[in-house]
Amino acid sequence: MAASWFRQPSILPGFGLTLGFTTFFLSALVLLPLAALIFKTTSLTWSEFLDVVLDERALASYRLSFGAAFIAAAVNAFFGFIVAWSLVRYEFPGRRLVDALIDLPFALPTAVSGIALATVFAPTGWLGVRLQELFGIQVAYTWLGVVVALILIGLPFVVRSVQPALVEAQRDLEEAAETLGASPFTVFRRIILPAVLPALVTGFTMAFARGVGEYGSVVFISGNLPLKTEITPLLIVIKLEQFDYNGAAALGFMMLLVSFLMLLAINLVQSWSRRRYVGTGDGGRRVERRARPRNLKAGA
Amino acid sequence: MAGAAPRFEKRRYVPPGVRAGRIALITVAIGFLALLLLAPLGAVLGQAFAEGWRVFLEAFDNPDTLAAIKLTLLTAAIVVPVNTLFGIAAAWAIAKFEFKGKSLLITLIDLPFAISPVIAGLVFVMLFGAHGWWGHWLQDRDIQVIFAVPGIVLATLFVTFPYVARELIPLMQQQGSEEEEAAITLGAGAWTTFLRVTLPKIRWGLIYGVILCNARAMGEFGAVSVVSGHIRGLTTTMPLQVEILYNEYLFVAAFAVASVLALLAIVTLVIKTLVEWRADRRTG
Repeated sequence: MAASWFRQPSILPGFGLTLGFTTFFLSALVLLPLAALIFKTTSLTWSEFLDVVLDERALASYRLSFGAAFIAAAVNAFFGFIVAWSLVRYEFPGRRLVDALIDLPFALPTAVSGIALATVFAPTGWLGVRLQELFGIQVAYTWLGVVVALILIGLPFVVRSVQPALVEAQRDLEEAAETLGASPFTVFRRIILPAVLPALVTGFTMAFARGVGEYGSVVFISGNLPLKTEITPLLIVIKLEQFDYNGAAALGFMMLLVSFLMLLAINLVQSWSRRRYVGTGDGGRRVERRARPRNLKAGA
Repeated sequence: MAGAAPRFEKRRYVPPGVRAGRIALITVAIGFLALLLLAPLGAVLGQAFAEGWRVFLEAFDNPDTLAAIKLTLLTAAIVVPVNTLFGIAAAWAIAKFEFKGKSLLITLIDLPFAISPVIAGLVFVMLFGAHGWWGHWLQDRDIQVIFAVPGIVLATLFVTFPYVARELIPLMQQQGSEEEEAAITLGAGAWTTFLRVTLPKIRWGLIYGVILCNARAMGEFGAVSVVSGHIRGLTTTMPLQVEILYNEYLFVAAFAVASVLALLAIVTLVIKTLVEWRADRRTG
């Protein structure tokens, strides 16, 4: 195949075949179905669309989905940092095992983590009983249950994002600061935090994005009360079960829009972190290491 | 470097305050993980075996459960090879050639990761469902996609679409194409070059991508739930069967099926750790 405006010349074979297959499969399996959803939504009139997406029940579901995902991502940013820090900086028995366990929420089917969390945190479950007795808090079948499920789902995103940033952080700077008399808190605030902040923000955003769309692990523990503990994905499923295809399409379109915005946000955060590291000498390498956790985006 | 630093630190004098801080942080980290990860995992096994081995095994003596296991295996047997083939093709095109629109293509391949599983199911309902784009055409010809096995396979293909490609693209980009170019220049055919030069280089990354793809394919709940219609014995996969049993308060049976899925997750993590350990040893 001759070189053209479209691609640079190469002696390797298979460009037409592999690119053709890739674009065909991508279009047929991903782009065409997405287009069908957008097409279905555009067949609604404006007022029909707004009636669905601004309905009281829909608004309550956005509040819960976004609010719970935000709180869960914040909790994960805090504890995820401590976990990543302990794994990278300290040596303790079972460290490798703990490290392998971090990916459990990726590998465990969401329905399984859902029923497991519901059992553990139910008012009769072994953690649920204690929380009720000690603090008078009920987790299962309240909005707190949604938060707990989303913490579980989002944890690996933060840890796997922060870990490589901590490995790459320049420890000689920390030691220099200590030698010059900085307190541990100052070292953390002025040296460590700036170095890992982009990774932390990336992990937070990924955990948040995943949390907004999560379904399987939430529906068992949330109780699914309309206006109270009903997440947006569940509302879509309910509309489908009632054969309200227009309503499901409109809400689905909204969620799709949010996914695109989140994707854009993640890309912006990553290009921001890339710019931050230009000029530190090994900037390119750092960015590449930081980009790695995206590959771990497994999970069921 | 990461391995050497702590060893150096052990020899250094650590003031008691710092040591206490360290122990406190590690305790917080492990406590958090134990509550969040180990407690649910323990609950699955505890509930599954709550009434002993015999009752656990009886859970699998149910024709609907067996049908669900078969459907899950069938779905994975279709989805994993197809997405593996796609992943290799996409990685070859993207990593070995320079062309316009490449970064857009990578973003589009990643798209299913960013989309809620429920939306992944919904888009196929909008395409093939009774009120969908092609609904009438399919109905006239008596072809059922939604609430049938093809829909389940399609939804699973969608959610597991990026796994293998995502794993291979950075790996192949990093490895470069000099060896392949040498093989072609020396007269090797395209197939020979791929099988004898490329495949051995990407073997571990490929295994990694395939097992992650498989874990997700067997465990997918949201997307499959939307397109399945929950017809017992016909369109329920293992995760859906877990839901049905759980909602009928058949907890031992639900957790027995769930424990098989949990075992699958643990095996996936073990293979993943082994692959990473191997890759670390080869590069470092």
